[in-house]
Amino acid sequence: MQKLYLLVPLAPLLGALLAGLFGRYIGRNWSHRITISLVFASFLASIVIFFDVLDGNTFNGSVYTWLISGDTRFEVGFLIDQLSATMMIVVSFVSLMVHIYTIGYMHDDAGYQRFFSYISLFTFSMMMLVMSNNFLQLFFGWEAVGLVSYLLIGFWYTRPTAIYANMKAFLVNRVGDFGFLLGIAMVLMYFGSLDYATVFLQAPEKVDETIAIIPGTSWLIITVICILLFVGAMGKSAQFPLHVWLPDSMEGPTPISALIHAATMVTAGIFMVARMSPLFELSETALSVILVIGGITTLFMALVAVVQNDIKRVVAYSTLSQLGYMTVALGASAYSAAIFHLMTHAFFKAVLFLGAGSVIIAMHHEQDMQKMGGLRRYMPITYATMFIAALASAGVPGFSGFFSKDAIIEAVHYANVPGVGFAYFCVLFTVFVTALYTFRLIFMTFHGATRMDEHTKGHLHESPWVVTLPLVILAIPTVAAGWFIGPIVFGDYFNQVIQVLPQHNAIERLGAEFTGVGGMMIHALSTLPFWLSVAGIFTAWYLYNVRTDIPEKIRLRFGFLYNLLDRKYYIDELYSWLFAKGARTLGTALWKFGDIKIIDGFFVNGTARAVAFSASLVRRYQTGYIYHYAFTMIVGIFIILTLWLY
Amino acid sequence: MSFEFPILSLVIWLPIVFGIAVLATGNDRNANSARVISLIGAILGFIAAIPLYSNFNSASGTMQFVEHLVWFERFNVNYHVGIDGISMPLILLNCFITPLVIVAGWEVIKDRVSQYMGAFLLMSGIVNGVFASLDAILFYVFWEASLIPMFLIIGIWGGPNRVYAAIKFFLYTLLGSLLMLIAFIYLYQTSGGSFSIQDYHQLAIPLTPQILIFVAFLLAFAVKVPMWPVHTWLPDAHVEAPTGGSVVLAAILLKLGGYGFLRFSLPIAPDASHYLADMMIALSLIAVVYISLIALIQADMKKLIAYSSVAHMGFVTLGFFLFNAIGIEGAMVQMISHGFISGAMFLCVGVLYDRLHSRQIADYGGVVNKMPIFAAFFMLFAMANAGLPGTSGFVGEFMVIMASIKTNFWYAFLAATTLIFGASYTLWMYKRVIFGAVASPAVQQLNDISKREFAILAILAIAVLWMGLYPYPVTEVMHATIDHLLVHVSNSKL
Repeated sequence: MQKLYLLVPLAPLLGALLAGLFGRYIGRNWSHRITISLVFASFLASIVIFFDVLDGNTFNGSVYTWLISGDTRFEVGFLIDQLSATMMIVVSFVSLMVHIYTIGYMHDDAGYQRFFSYISLFTFSMMMLVMSNNFLQLFFGWEAVGLVSYLLIGFWYTRPTAIYANMKAFLVNRVGDFGFLLGIAMVLMYFGSLDYATVFLQAPEKVDETIAIIPGTSWLIITVICILLFVGAMGKSAQFPLHVWLPDSMEGPTPISALIHAATMVTAGIFMVARMSPLFELSETALSVILVIGGITTLFMALVAVVQNDIKRVVAYSTLSQLGYMTVALGASAYSAAIFHLMTHAFFKAVLFLGAGSVIIAMHHEQDMQKMGGLRRYMPITYATMFIAALASAGVPGFSGFFSKDAIIEAVHYANVPGVGFAYFCVLFTVFVTALYTFRLIFMTFHGATRMDEHTKGHLHESPWVVTLPLVILAIPTVAAGWFIGPIVFGDYFNQVIQVLPQHNAIERLGAEFTGVGGMMIHALSTLPFWLSVAGIFTAWYLYNVRTDIPEKIRLRFGFLYNLLDRKYYIDELYSWLFAKGARTLGTALWKFGDIKIIDGFFVNGTARAVAFSASLVRRYQTGYIYHYAFTMIVGIFIILTLWLY
Repeated sequence: MSFEFPILSLVIWLPIVFGIAVLATGNDRNANSARVISLIGAILGFIAAIPLYSNFNSASGTMQFVEHLVWFERFNVNYHVGIDGISMPLILLNCFITPLVIVAGWEVIKDRVSQYMGAFLLMSGIVNGVFASLDAILFYVFWEASLIPMFLIIGIWGGPNRVYAAIKFFLYTLLGSLLMLIAFIYLYQTSGGSFSIQDYHQLAIPLTPQILIFVAFLLAFAVKVPMWPVHTWLPDAHVEAPTGGSVVLAAILLKLGGYGFLRFSLPIAPDASHYLADMMIALSLIAVVYISLIALIQADMKKLIAYSSVAHMGFVTLGFFLFNAIGIEGAMVQMISHGFISGAMFLCVGVLYDRLHSRQIADYGGVVNKMPIFAAFFMLFAMANAGLPGTSGFVGEFMVIMASIKTNFWYAFLAATTLIFGASYTLWMYKRVIFGAVASPAVQQLNDISKREFAILAILAIAVLWMGLYPYPVTEVMHATIDHLLVHVSNSKL
């Protein structure tokens, strides 16, 4: 079994190396054949491991020693349990689908082999992240997925927007990683180890220890550690205020928007916090912070999605908002619900993105929904699968998103950490907004009159099977994944992995009321979220299918509000002024004034000038006339004699 | 006592002998034989150094491969060399970089080839001598001698402003080392007539003289590292130096300063080191933050990398003055890793400069379209420069950050800003140079790297990745020595 563990990350790595280093020799077909088979092998291995874990065979062990320094050992190792096994299946499954889809999507691209190499490399990195048994390797995977994300956003490197977006993504992520690394350093300092098991075992003993970060104040170290770690999650999982990179990341090819920027990488932050539940549970303050940040992201990013016209950007903002849901769940100590939503979201968001990609291919790389419409007649499979995903996203009972989202909302309802009221309002109201923007997308794209030009219209057709097959396969869990809510969220599936303190345990209360999938659906009909969702779908239908003139009127009437949303609350402008321009101004000032004027100008060249100046003075005494020298000698002798005599 | 083969002397003198042989080939009519002899000498130099690693006893913290010959009996000056876990990795780094530099200058240098190649071989042997010397006078001779080849390399094969840069380099470093000589003379007197560095480690010295000795050493070493605020010679020297000169300067010569702190300042003046640690840490952190901001706005690629070197070396001095094992080992790892990465970065700029004769970022753009293989290498080294895990650039910074938080949260906080700054200046430069559409007709003419360039970059790439993925062997050889050093430093000598 341990060899199988190694196979899971190493197979995609091998594929990445082969396609990346030898891509030009083995050609396009062999590149995708090799990488897909190796990812498939990784997927099969993940399934075998999953069932092995279900039998109770978990694993925690080291692969090799990375470094020993002082009293600390840094290891590379695997922790295989219910949480990592679940993540491995999700990652390898979505990755496999995206690999297949890529054959169709990138068919005409010159960088075909490179693309396969990157997404296989991503699969490797993500596997290293989720399978890690220690913080160091977690950080490895964490930054490695960031690297691949950087490479893939900038995949079309001649586009100015793409190479701006990828740098922005990397740097914003680095801000998160900055906090994350400090958190890891604190862990090492107080626990003397970076091994999860060792740290979690000791955590309860450290509950009362404090640190004076600012002299005179006193902070619980667990709170400081958790908040620093969460800063890392904010970067990777694009939580406010570090969310700015994710919408821009849509500059990358659509398959990676689905794989990296929706289904897997961006959920790494959620995964990490769930993994660290034994730490986070000990800090109510940190949970509060997570709740509020998650709440803000959920609501405010969903609102932005309503005014976007670029089909991928709608889905991107939807991703932000859904990540907010997961974060709120974490803050409410409903870790299992967060992971469950992570899973259902991976499926339905992958369908939405890959479907959007299918539309984009058909539209000849036009992404503006204002130029679409009526596509359902031309692309029935894409339409059907996206419609299912939209229902799941809007939380319609029966579809996967409903179960996971409802569990989160109810858990927040029962939670009692500070800030929960605000978060509850956010997640509840966002149900309406989610249904609105999701179905706005569906109606604008697939319904109504066709608004594209004649040329495009003439060429409209359904995408090839390599594109639609992944959509259809992914549509199955989009519907059905939710039905497993009983064992996964309310059951004891995660009992060994996730720790929840009794006073935070909202999930347990929910579980007591849980009467099965059918019961949950029937119960939902009498609750607010269901009706909010219906209202959202209805509003979208009315505004974007029946009275399509109204949105324009609203836009004109509430110009200020519209601009605020359209410009994403001006956060990008603020950051680019404050940080990008600020750093450059400061750098220039330090260079021109500090280095050139003071150090070089005054001290270095000043010393040289002082030497030259004194030399020019002293030089005057070197006249070369004997009588000058003789006179000086006489004066000297006179002075010496005087001093000697007295 | 049985006869032992003087491997260490071989490592020091073999490159010097070859250097002289190369010089003997004379003018450029024999340029090719000069190149071949230099390469053979450099490679033999590296091979000769391998036993230093393979026969090294990492369980021991004392000097190994020791050779002792009387030089000037009257002043008790000896030819006394030996290595421990601090100097051995640095000697290997030096012997590793030399052949790469020779190959990097292969076709590029057309004038005075024998002198150019000879200078690098001489430099290589001299630097090995610095790292191996256990006698203060021998050390001082090698230390000052190392200035001369570099002075010539910058002054003869440098850019338009080479004379200013060469003189600035020379005077800056010479001034620093004069005080070191005075410190040696004082130590000679106090120790009752010994120039043995190991004797100095045992000397009891009151605090005030210790501080003075520390300051005297500080000036010598801080200039070399270079630490803020005595760093301004480095950007000028780098900008004017030929590619090979920049590589050796960044990869090897800067390490002399770091080595000096470990060999002299910390063990000879431990109380002063503790007393002044806060100041040293402050200077190091200024280097990390202030210099990074300056690096961000540079328009000249070499200047940018030079400033980034200063920022990265800030981690070295920061690690030293935390006085714990992980900090000092991290600083050592950072020195070796910086040797690979900065060397590779300067080589990458050299590749571009050889083609377009410009170092200005603005003259490039879209290079990836014409040089995809080069772009891939450059990407790897840029990421390593930004401290990406999995590359060697991460290891040292990670260790030093882990160590610094134990001393003070804010030290770690400021040090960790390198995560953001390092990525900012490196990737912004990369974006403007490599990405984008082809920016000019000149870029349109670029050819991808030759086999020769590929070989150099590939070797460095392997080194960078290997050290990032498996740093264990690198630190393994240092443990005993650094533990020994730490014990020494924690005992007061007042």
